[in-house]
Amino acid sequence: MNIIVCVKRVPETADADVVIDKSGKDIERSGLVFDLNEWDNYAIEEAIMLKEKMGGTVTVISMGGEDSNESLRKCMAMGADDAVRLTDPAFVGSDGFATAKALAEAVRKIPHDLVFAGVQAEDDGFGQVGVALAEILGIPHVSLVNSLEVQEKKMKVHRELEGGLEEVVEVDLPAVLTIQTGINQPRYVSIMGIRKVAKKEIKTFGVSDLNLKPEDVGLSGSYIQLEKIFLPPVGEGAQMLEGKPEDIASKVFDILKDKGGLT
Amino acid sequence: MKKIIALAEHRQGELRDITWEVLSKGRQLAEGMGAEVEVALLGKGVKKLAEALKPKANRVLLVEDDRLEAFNSETYQKVLTQLITERKPSLTLIGHTAMGMDIAPALAVQLKMPLATDCIGVDVAGESFALTRQLYGGKVNAAVSFRKNGPYMITLRSGGFPVVEKEAFPGEIVSIPSPLTDEGLAKRFLQYVEAAVGEVDITQADVLVSVGRGIKEAENIPLVKELADMLGGALSCSRPVVDKKWLPKDRQVGTSGKTVKPKVYVAIGISGAFQHVAGMKGAGTVIAINKDPKAPIFSVANYGIVADLFKFVPVLKEKLKELKKS
Ligand SMILES: Cc1cc2nc3c(=O)[nH]c(=O)nc-3n(C[C@H](O)[C@H](O)[C@H](O)COP(=O)(O)OP(=O)(O)OC[C@H]3O[C@@H](n4cnc5c(N)ncnc54)[C@H](O)[C@@H]3O)c2cc1C
Ligand SMILES: Nc1ncnc2c1ncn2[C@@H]1O[C@H](COP(=O)(O)O)[C@@H](O)[C@H]1O
Repeated sequence: MNIIVCVKRVPETADADVVIDKSGKDIERSGLVFDLNEWDNYAIEEAIMLKEKMGGTVTVISMGGEDSNESLRKCMAMGADDAVRLTDPAFVGSDGFATAKALAEAVRKIPHDLVFAGVQAEDDGFGQVGVALAEILGIPHVSLVNSLEVQEKKMKVHRELEGGLEEVVEVDLPAVLTIQTGINQPRYVSIMGIRKVAKKEIKTFGVSDLNLKPEDVGLSGSYIQLEKIFLPPVGEGAQMLEGKPEDIASKVFDILKDKGGLT
Repeated sequence: MKKIIALAEHRQGELRDITWEVLSKGRQLAEGMGAEVEVALLGKGVKKLAEALKPKANRVLLVEDDRLEAFNSETYQKVLTQLITERKPSLTLIGHTAMGMDIAPALAVQLKMPLATDCIGVDVAGESFALTRQLYGGKVNAAVSFRKNGPYMITLRSGGFPVVEKEAFPGEIVSIPSPLTDEGLAKRFLQYVEAAVGEVDITQADVLVSVGRGIKEAENIPLVKELADMLGGALSCSRPVVDKKWLPKDRQVGTSGKTVKPKVYVAIGISGAFQHVAGMKGAGTVIAINKDPKAPIFSVANYGIVADLFKFVPVLKEKLKELKKS
């Protein structure tokens, strides 16, 4: 079973103070910690578990700058065999569709039975790339996968729907699956583990290595473009409770009592 | 005349709420564009649903086929490709749901149609649209535009658009022959699996103390569990807490978990991603505790406390003990 996993390096923003930069089109990146996209962490784990069970290889692909090597190396430390980075000035500004086009051309060059992507990226949150990739490749897809089982030339997968409901779907291989969080418990990688793969080669492909013209990707190959970013309007927003922790706690008690929160 | 086609979403015999949201937005945009709004309904034995949709659109485009009994992106894509190619809508609107995420990106590629996903704002801008999306889990909003000419496809965030009641359309149901054949499919729907019933039903609780990734480790769960017990409430959580197996799935609040409506919801260390908020916005009073003053949860909460939960929750528990006695 040869598996390709598409991974993206993203900034960790849940805990961070997010500031809009001077361009007004991006956030201030200095000072932010970057990591493998949460969904991709589950996707790479699932691929490695399959490989451990059935043999074959796992190749990780990321489109991004040199920093993305860090995420690719993390995947190799987890057990991926090969890593490919798609890098070219022409890729800059790619939306979900243009990203899928570039990934598709790279996937075509690598033998595969199965391709994994995450359900969504923490930064853009398009929730689009995996399914678009499958259509460009002309192979079936199943999105929001939260469990899977390989059978002869096909697989049986569970798709997560709303409200805890799932559907069971059978799909012929090769296929693209988009992986949902919680499908497994991703293994921990130590600094030592990452050091061990520090010297492993990461192949790079540019536009000319892929069957693409520069105008197929990047902003010119994209369907949408970002005009500007801004902090969400707070609307009515919360009444903020301020003061000493003890005083805030007393206020919370009053609110609970008033609103039926003490039973 | 210009048209907008909205896709109806239904499951196990019922139309899903997103359908009304998409139709309501579709109608508003259609008015702004001088267009008609049509709703595409694909299924088997869904005449009753078509009747329900009739007052909400100029036309219900009904495609019935035994092969459309359960949603399958492959059959849907075949039907919708033909429908959209024939009817040439200026805009196709789909919900950004488990169904929409499975169909829209592939359909847009096949139709070579510019697609913008998970939009929280859509306005007519000349022949195109001005879009609003969210980045970084809702911490930042983005104004986005289409770079190419239409026709366009947009997926709408579920719960992101109000359902505005308007005068009913006289409406008509147009039956459209299904293009499907018995040709084999690469993807086959087998069955639904219902959520397992847990020991605690968080949907029935009057008070929920809900915990998110901010709790950091499984060992810290008792800290918030005790608070829930003190309030006579139940403990619920966001998705990562379930993903990491710190709490069972039946405790999860959100689109892929449960929808709850307690009198009081205390969100602790939860950022407020829309998939979470969708499950708790019906709560009477929301109190949020988060160390990040910019956490999106504060825009849906009634009361906000910017604090480190590990410092504040113990103080709160002490205070509650003290005040409950008096
Ligand atoms: C298809 C789909 C379905 C989904 N369904 C659901 C769903 O049903 N329910 C759901 O919840 N999510 C769902 N999600 C996931 C959702 O997108 C978010 O990833 C998730 O809600 C984030 O959970 P969180 O707020 O606990 O974690 P984070 O976003 O990581 O936030 C943690 C918060 O804790 C705060 N914090 C950290 N340390 C402290 C401290 N010491 N004191 C106080 N605060 C602290 C941080 O400031 C941050 O705001 C779904 C996603 C997808 C794609
Ligand atoms: N630049 C990228 N490089 C590699 N994979 C990507 C990239 N962007 C998105 N993906 C993949 O597509 C998934 C969904 O991303 P998105 O559609 O942008 O929300 C991610 O989880 C990745 O698997």
